[in-house]
Amino acid sequence: MDGDGLRLNMNGLDYLILALYFVTVLGVGFAARRAIRTSVDFFLSGRSLPAWVTGLAFVSANLGALEIIGMAANGAQYGVMTVHYYWIGAVPAMVFLGIVMMPFYYGSKVRSVPEYLRLRFNRPTHLLNALSFAVAQVLIAGVNLYALALVMQALLGWPLWTAIVVGAAIVLAYITIGGLSGAIYNEVLQFFVILAGLIPVTVIGLVKVGGWNGLMDAVADTKLGEAGLHAWQDTGSTANPLGAHWIGIVFGLGFVLSFGYWTTNFAEVQRALSAKNMSAARRTPIIAAYPKLVIPLVTIIPGLVALVTVQGLGAESGDLQYNNAIPLLMRDLLPNGVLGVAVTGLLASFMAGMAANVSGFNTVFTYDIWQAYIRRDRSDEYYLRVGRWATVAAVVIGIGTAFIAAGFSNIMNYIQALFSVFNAPLFATFIIGMFWKRMSALAGFWSLLLGTLVSLSLYLLYKGGVVDFNSDLEESFWGAGLAFVTAVVVAAIITPLTSPKRDEELRGLVYGMGGVDLKGDVLAGDAVWYRSPVLLGLIAVALAALFYIPVF
Amino acid sequence: MSNDGQPAQDPLIDETQVEQRRSAAARLFDIRRVIGGLFVAYGIIVTLIGIFDSRAEIDKAEGVRINLWAGLTMLVFGLLMLLWQWLRPAEPPAPNEHQPGA
Repeated sequence: MDGDGLRLNMNGLDYLILALYFVTVLGVGFAARRAIRTSVDFFLSGRSLPAWVTGLAFVSANLGALEIIGMAANGAQYGVMTVHYYWIGAVPAMVFLGIVMMPFYYGSKVRSVPEYLRLRFNRPTHLLNALSFAVAQVLIAGVNLYALALVMQALLGWPLWTAIVVGAAIVLAYITIGGLSGAIYNEVLQFFVILAGLIPVTVIGLVKVGGWNGLMDAVADTKLGEAGLHAWQDTGSTANPLGAHWIGIVFGLGFVLSFGYWTTNFAEVQRALSAKNMSAARRTPIIAAYPKLVIPLVTIIPGLVALVTVQGLGAESGDLQYNNAIPLLMRDLLPNGVLGVAVTGLLASFMAGMAANVSGFNTVFTYDIWQAYIRRDRSDEYYLRVGRWATVAAVVIGIGTAFIAAGFSNIMNYIQALFSVFNAPLFATFIIGMFWKRMSALAGFWSLLLGTLVSLSLYLLYKGGVVDFNSDLEESFWGAGLAFVTAVVVAAIITPLTSPKRDEELRGLVYGMGGVDLKGDVLAGDAVWYRSPVLLGLIAVALAALFYIPVF
Repeated sequence: MSNDGQPAQDPLIDETQVEQRRSAAARLFDIRRVIGGLFVAYGIIVTLIGIFDSRAEIDKAEGVRINLWAGLTMLVFGLLMLLWQWLRPAEPPAPNEHQPGA
């Protein structure tokens, strides 16, 4: 290999493909501007989008920086077991969000996930969640930006600060101008460009190793061995590549971590809230579940191909880290042309992740912090302006965090892991609050706070070396599980000691209280059977189970 | 309408709901046109590169004429997006903003 390491041999045509994409992304932002007159137009696309658009944006918002690179790396490191992150660790939660929870989110007309907590519980619970979400989003946006800049530096040779500023400027422009419509439309575009970039790598990779069977034979001869080809077979103990027992996979990953992330993360749920009616909102995460089922084909397979074709992959540092699995294959297998498309797809995925964080932040900052606690009763135009400035602030802070991340890349990874654990107590608070009408406002606050403190403490004890786990993954299973149990216990103890909310305050927010109308705003075409959220959701879950059979 | 069908009221949410009656969301363009356009352009560029690919480029891709295949696939995909938009144009916006009262 040449001395330039990961540097790709991009020519003028590759850059033309990349430039065309950047121009299109900005054009979408400008063109979306004319559809913005009210704050709901800016923050929730005027609740006007069709389900296929919000659904693809939903999956694209998750196809961010660390997802594609990270899942290919996991594929190379842990083998086929990585599919758990998709089939049990995502699809059931997405379907649950669509079928069970979306009627409360969309039906109550809340403008954000924290706002649901304000209506269901009280203002302290709301403020706690709004602040932690806002802080998490700008920090994660910075991490995404830094990861984007690292890739541009390694692949294209751009200086780190140029890459950070260019990436940030593009995201800033299209969200400030085009609002959530600009973000969502670009996410849909990004979804297809990401696939157009990943499919050629996967196809040529499979040709190189002699197809699926050739890949399976070759993986069996690597350091992963036969265990790298099975998802469940060795999970009776923790002696498998992932180091996880099946109980941990089912309850830790499949239930607490996954439901926490998918059902309460506003950066995701916001896409569904922008749908045009209840049926479209419920179908949003379910439509997203179908691409999610097959995305492992274009992340895990390249990871495995890299494992068998790149000599020495899996180094602790340098060019041969697992994280470089996809860039290495692009360098070795793609001729100019598709190479430009692949680089564009990779950069698109980074921007999709950051844009989701920024558009989630500006909404929560404006509606849940500024309007609720700082400047109330101003005109709608005022909040629209605040939203635009919040976007600018988010991106500028994101640039700042990106430069901090450049100095402490490990610490920023920890922060990301930490916030993912925060989701578990949030999910517990939500799910109890949605199904147990007696749960009091005070119980909501203490469940959320104490659950979060428990997961935080366990995490810090683990990092400080006081408590020992086999892997970071095992720690996050336990941290999430413990936080969930804490939130449940706290709710059960405090609720009987405190006064409940009145029934009419809970209408539309809690199961069995009425006020949820699944059919009221239905359009003529939405009643057909193949648009039934329940049917589509059950098919997605059944497919996830079936997909396990060949790799059991 | 009886009160049973309505979710709990909140002043902040109601304010934005009232404002939403002057929404401009109906002026939003159709994203299928942009996806179709970009992929047709990518398809043409990459197909042309594929037609003129040298032996070295084809060998790099394990003997697969990947530019040609990927280019043609993107071209067809882009045209299908445009065709879909042409056959099933976006529905006119739902008229619920014009309901009297909130």
